[in-house]
Amino acid sequence: MIVDAVSWVLLTLGGFSVLIGGIGALRMPDLYTRMHAASVTDSLGTMLVLAGVILQAGFTLAAVKLAATLIFLLFTSPTAANALASAALMAGINPGLATPWRQEPRS
Amino acid sequence: MTVFIIIFLLTLLVITALAIVQTSNLFAAAMLAGIFSLISAMTFFLLDAADVALTEAAVGAGISTVLFLGALALTADHERAGTAGRLIALVVVTAIAAVLIYTTFDMPRLGDPNAPSQLHVAPWYLEKTPEYIDVPNVVTAVLASFRGYDTLGETFVVFTAGIGVLFLLGKAPVGQPKLSPAMTFAGKAGLRHYQIPRVVGRLLIPFILLFALYVQFHGDYGPGGGFQAGVIVAASIVLFALLEGEERALQALPAGLLKLLAAAGALLYGFTGVACMLLGGEFLNYSVLAHDPVHGQHYGILIIEAGVGFTVTGVLISIFHSFAARGAK
Amino acid sequence: MIYYAVIVAILVTMGLALARALIGPTVYDRVLAMNMIGTKTVLLLAVVAFFMERPDFLDLALTYALINFIGTLAVLEFFRVRAQRRIAEEKEEGQSPLSGADAP
Repeated sequence: MIVDAVSWVLLTLGGFSVLIGGIGALRMPDLYTRMHAASVTDSLGTMLVLAGVILQAGFTLAAVKLAATLIFLLFTSPTAANALASAALMAGINPGLATPWRQEPRS
Repeated sequence: MTVFIIIFLLTLLVITALAIVQTSNLFAAAMLAGIFSLISAMTFFLLDAADVALTEAAVGAGISTVLFLGALALTADHERAGTAGRLIALVVVTAIAAVLIYTTFDMPRLGDPNAPSQLHVAPWYLEKTPEYIDVPNVVTAVLASFRGYDTLGETFVVFTAGIGVLFLLGKAPVGQPKLSPAMTFAGKAGLRHYQIPRVVGRLLIPFILLFALYVQFHGDYGPGGGFQAGVIVAASIVLFALLEGEERALQALPAGLLKLLAAAGALLYGFTGVACMLLGGEFLNYSVLAHDPVHGQHYGILIIEAGVGFTVTGVLISIFHSFAARGAK
Repeated sequence: MIYYAVIVAILVTMGLALARALIGPTVYDRVLAMNMIGTKTVLLLAVVAFFMERPDFLDLALTYALINFIGTLAVLEFFRVRAQRRIAEEKEEGQSPLSGADAP
């Protein structure tokens, strides 16, 4: 009972943060701010949702697989976001800052 | 509830398909095709077809996207505008589509319990698998043993596709200017100046390979098997090639070894069938491979899944290298 | 019962990300959307696997997390190659009027 309640709370919070990230990715003005919003879903949303599902699984092999998925996602989502932002910056897409700052496209 | 999720996902599929057809930017089409494969994989999963979902996710959304991008790196960015014959094509396609949709009215509905396949074929497999083969995953039992001849054909089809691509793309045409290594897909520069992905990639590749081995051998008990494992190994080598440069990937797994692997897998499958014949049974009847029919079936499934895994690995990595090395020779 | 809210939230987010993939002015927006749809699919697979009482299907979630990562890096490599080609082509075009003017 307690486990179900805690799991429900975690899952709902996770769903909420995923939704916030999604709305942010759609409404933010600039590429880099959109990446910032999407990274909320990748880190906080993933942790909450998978923690909620792990609590539902109990001490079984399924929980180990979910923990492995969580660790894998925690390693790779920030890496992919870093690579994407790096590539965008190298290609010359400048962040919309208040004070102008230019990065020339370079190889 | 599941019905609503499936309807929503199918709507997303239709939107994605319309977007793919409508766009003339080829890169956007390749991305949207990747998204299409992944939503289809989700739909297959919701329809309880886990093996198909695993294969679709691995092949359609992973390797296919990488190969499309490798091909796009060699060709143009935008679709050439050609409008001749569009009206005739539209009429022909509409006519054929109308005929096909009309014929589906005679087919049983999806999941109808009175469909012929549910009354004769499926119950036989479900009842006889514990008796003859005794593996929990009936899909693997059907694929590898009851319909093993079809899977032999599939393995040889994959092998033939690999040979075809190697014939077409194996050697660069004479007189092409050599591109500098920085300008080829997964060339020497690769993503080398991205330090963080390189470090994380090096950490992860051994675990990905371990997971591929798990999927290969766990195919008897859950979704998995030779095809999926081969695709995951190929994906991990593609990751290595993207991060470290394609030359180092060729040093790690030389092209000759990959061709050998592809051929060895298909031959392993064929020779298992011949070995069954030599031991007194029919072609691909694994029951004669051991002292006990059920154990024979287990050994047979193990060997042929290994064969399928070898072939798929060899072919997919060879295809990737032939695309990536195209500009550099 | 407890899974309904999460499933709806993840599906809506996938729809929003698809909208970003269709709208996104630059190609990097589309790559971002593809990455987002990928990670949402992993979460959806994990939750639906428990919703449908089939916890053996979690291998799909792990596989898909892998494939998503590799796909994103492949796309970035493609962009790098394309940008290099453009720079090389512009260099050639910048040089050819010069050689044309020198020819007799």
